[in-house]
Amino acid sequence: MNAPSRDTMLLTTPFHSRVAALCGLNDWGNWMGYTTPNAYFDVELEYFAIRSTTGVFDLSPMNKYRITGPDAEAYLNRMVTRNVSKIGVNRVGYAVWCNDAGEVMDDGTIFRLGKEDFRLCSYQRADDWLEWCRLGFDVTIHNETEDIAALAVQGPTSCTVLSLLGLDNLNELKPFGMAHYTFEGAPLMVSRTGFTGDLGYEVWVAPEQAEALWDQLFERGKDYLIKPIGSYALDIARIEAGFLQAHVDFVPAEETVRPGRARSPFELGLDWLVDFNKPLFNGRSALLREKAKGSRYRFALLDVDGNKPAHHSFILKGDKQVGTVTSAAWCPTAKSNLAYAQIEMPHGAVGDELVAEIYYQRELHWTRLLAPCKVIEAPLFNPKRRRQTPAPPY
Amino acid sequence: MTKFDAIIIGAGHNGLTAAAYLAKAGKSVVVLDSRDQPGGCASAKTLGAGFTVSDCAQWLTQWDNRVASDLALERHGLVLGQAKRTIALQASGEHLTLTQDSVSGAGVTSADQAAYRAFKAQMRKFTALMNKAYQSRAPMLVEHNWTDRITLMKLGLGMKLMGRANMQDLMRIIMINIYDVMNEHFDHEGLKGALALDAITGTNMGPRSPNTVFSYLHRLIGEQFGFTGPKQVMGGMGRLGEALAAAAKAQGADIRLGARVSRIDKTDDRVTGVTLDSGESFTAKVVLSSADPKTTFRDLLGYQHLETGMARRVEHFRTRSGTAKLHLTLRSRPAFTGVTEADHGERLIIAPTMDAIETAFNPMKYAECGDQHVFDISIPTVEDASLAPDGQHTLTALVHYLPYQPKAGWSSIKGQVLEDLIGELEHYAPGISQLIIERELLTPADFEASHGVVGGNWHHGELAIDQALMMRPFPGSTQYQTAVPGLYLCGAGAHPGGSLMGLAGKNAATELLKQGDLA
Repeated sequence: MNAPSRDTMLLTTPFHSRVAALCGLNDWGNWMGYTTPNAYFDVELEYFAIRSTTGVFDLSPMNKYRITGPDAEAYLNRMVTRNVSKIGVNRVGYAVWCNDAGEVMDDGTIFRLGKEDFRLCSYQRADDWLEWCRLGFDVTIHNETEDIAALAVQGPTSCTVLSLLGLDNLNELKPFGMAHYTFEGAPLMVSRTGFTGDLGYEVWVAPEQAEALWDQLFERGKDYLIKPIGSYALDIARIEAGFLQAHVDFVPAEETVRPGRARSPFELGLDWLVDFNKPLFNGRSALLREKAKGSRYRFALLDVDGNKPAHHSFILKGDKQVGTVTSAAWCPTAKSNLAYAQIEMPHGAVGDELVAEIYYQRELHWTRLLAPCKVIEAPLFNPKRRRQTPAPPY
Repeated sequence: MTKFDAIIIGAGHNGLTAAAYLAKAGKSVVVLDSRDQPGGCASAKTLGAGFTVSDCAQWLTQWDNRVASDLALERHGLVLGQAKRTIALQASGEHLTLTQDSVSGAGVTSADQAAYRAFKAQMRKFTALMNKAYQSRAPMLVEHNWTDRITLMKLGLGMKLMGRANMQDLMRIIMINIYDVMNEHFDHEGLKGALALDAITGTNMGPRSPNTVFSYLHRLIGEQFGFTGPKQVMGGMGRLGEALAAAAKAQGADIRLGARVSRIDKTDDRVTGVTLDSGESFTAKVVLSSADPKTTFRDLLGYQHLETGMARRVEHFRTRSGTAKLHLTLRSRPAFTGVTEADHGERLIIAPTMDAIETAFNPMKYAECGDQHVFDISIPTVEDASLAPDGQHTLTALVHYLPYQPKAGWSSIKGQVLEDLIGELEHYAPGISQLIIERELLTPADFEASHGVVGGNWHHGELAIDQALMMRPFPGSTQYQTAVPGLYLCGAGAHPGGSLMGLAGKNAATELLKQGDLA
């Protein structure tokens, strides 16, 4: 009954009946082959639900792979650049993985469900690569994308709302932790993870429980102003929080067709995810060479003057073009005009003062704006509640 | 634990050649091989009391003369027989006889003879060019290295000097198949079949398969080394392995037989040595593997110790072969119809037409054994009586095509296949089955088990343009240096590929001494 419909070109998620009922704008997008809402009723209001109350995002289309077996840890450790053995049971870690050339193929999260039991969530369909990586390892890989329905429940009141579902002691769950509950007689897993940079959780159930979960969540959350959110609102939140988006801020290496268009983890500002002190991993030798030789690009967070988002802007140093913007947004809570840029080395170090060449249109009239901007070290939005344990009771 | 400059895995002809060159340059070298005799595919065995048969390769067609003289192999006991003529047997008994530049026999016209001479002359121009590339590491096309640039310039110049027509012809035919090229040049079906056989030996290809012109030229390169026809090694093929081992030892190399390497040891960044299945370890600055790339990377190093992209390349490396080997010991010399007594010592082939070869190839593609096969026969005892008791003989034959793993499984059908093959020989040598003392069939799977060549492929990997030159065995591990620092390839899986040639071993050693870790 909740199996994805095969009647249309795009699949639907287990929450589709509920999502469709609330999607007043009828503004749909295609996320990895699934029908998903871009916006439900108002992008700004949806965004403010994330930051002020609770926003609910259907993340069921996220690709999910279950990796089990005696070599599961070694397998993932060879595949991703970070040290997976440091991710404890019931903990989650963000990771990127590279090809042999040290170019980022994708990013995702690794959920450690047991000593030899992992869930990998990836942006891309990764079946082929995961199978190739399996050579030499005793692991079983199962694509469980359709076996699991998931909601991101994000915002200051998210803990309170979820606790009303009977998820006891949820407030004790640390960031990147996982907790297991029973819901409607079936397993329900909560992880304190998200893509918003706020206090928030992701809730994982079988598709059979999806509609009941949605219904109860919205029923209990009514008083806490729970709102569904679409991908546009989420995008503002993730930019404000400093999260990269595959296909936006980098092109997955195996999808690039032009030489030099892929990026290494260093070029994406993900140095902290690369651990040379662990056993061999894909891209290791190339990344060691890059570390010695220097990278071509630097990932920079730009605080741009004014309030015009620097969408697709060229970044200038004096008269010279030294980079381009990949993501940009006016961030309402941080009250900053943020942009992510790929800047040619050696430019783009923290504190570097650059200029964003912004074009914007008002009533068919294009304006070119040269907005000064400055490379900042970290996103300006970083609320304490994101890390607090126990989670504050809003 | 013993430390050397270089550990060489495999005492095959390339491993020993590399060892001899490295030792000659003053490096401390140990060669490790699981077998109890040196030579790898250049080896022999006894088959019943008093009989010696080559147990893998039976002909020497392209042993590099420089390697032979550099290592003074004659002084170490290598004696080659006479260059053989090829007698292409026909069911009618009216056979063809081929030498380097002549063909004669039933139905051969003067036009055929002229075409053959012209064809071989042109092919010789091509093999001369190939030889330039075979004598050194294969040049990379984009790395802007001066050594490579000079090689490329030499090759470019060599192409120019062939003249426009020849250059165009080479470009045109190198990627196509021997079937089409034969039809362009010749009318005589027997002649076409005889030549096409040289293109498919040891491969997983039929005459109509692309790349068979390349494999033909590869085989023909022996003409550049002075081979006017295939030769046998006097005393048996094992003598080549023994001569190489003696040459390597004379230079100071340490050769340990019965020493099976169970794994290549490495840190995250570098190969450090090897461990034997006895548990004994050796460390060295470099490890050279003359084992095939799949054995080296998949079995000895382990895919988990490679980055995924490289593991994938290893997995994709094509290593199938359809060549099997038939061994017979005989009470007396067999009598092939229409072949004089003396000519029984020549190379006898049963490949009457190209279609016969292709028809033999078809069932193998579907893991079946077929009922018509192609034979490349040697009765070495005619030239070398030492290989059998007085008056008795051995016959060895390369048989095409038998699958690596037939659907029915070798254990249940091998005996019958062997009898069927003898039955096929009976058509050409009536009464041969009555002379047999011992009989043996080595399938591609047997070669894998006995000689450690994955897929039973003598070339350690299909001889094809996409697995040749700067792409052998695969991009990222060319020029003998693999993607894993400290690990080198020196076997047939590296440029310039298989057949008993010695060049992969020589080039690897040269490269390692010139710009590798032992420079």
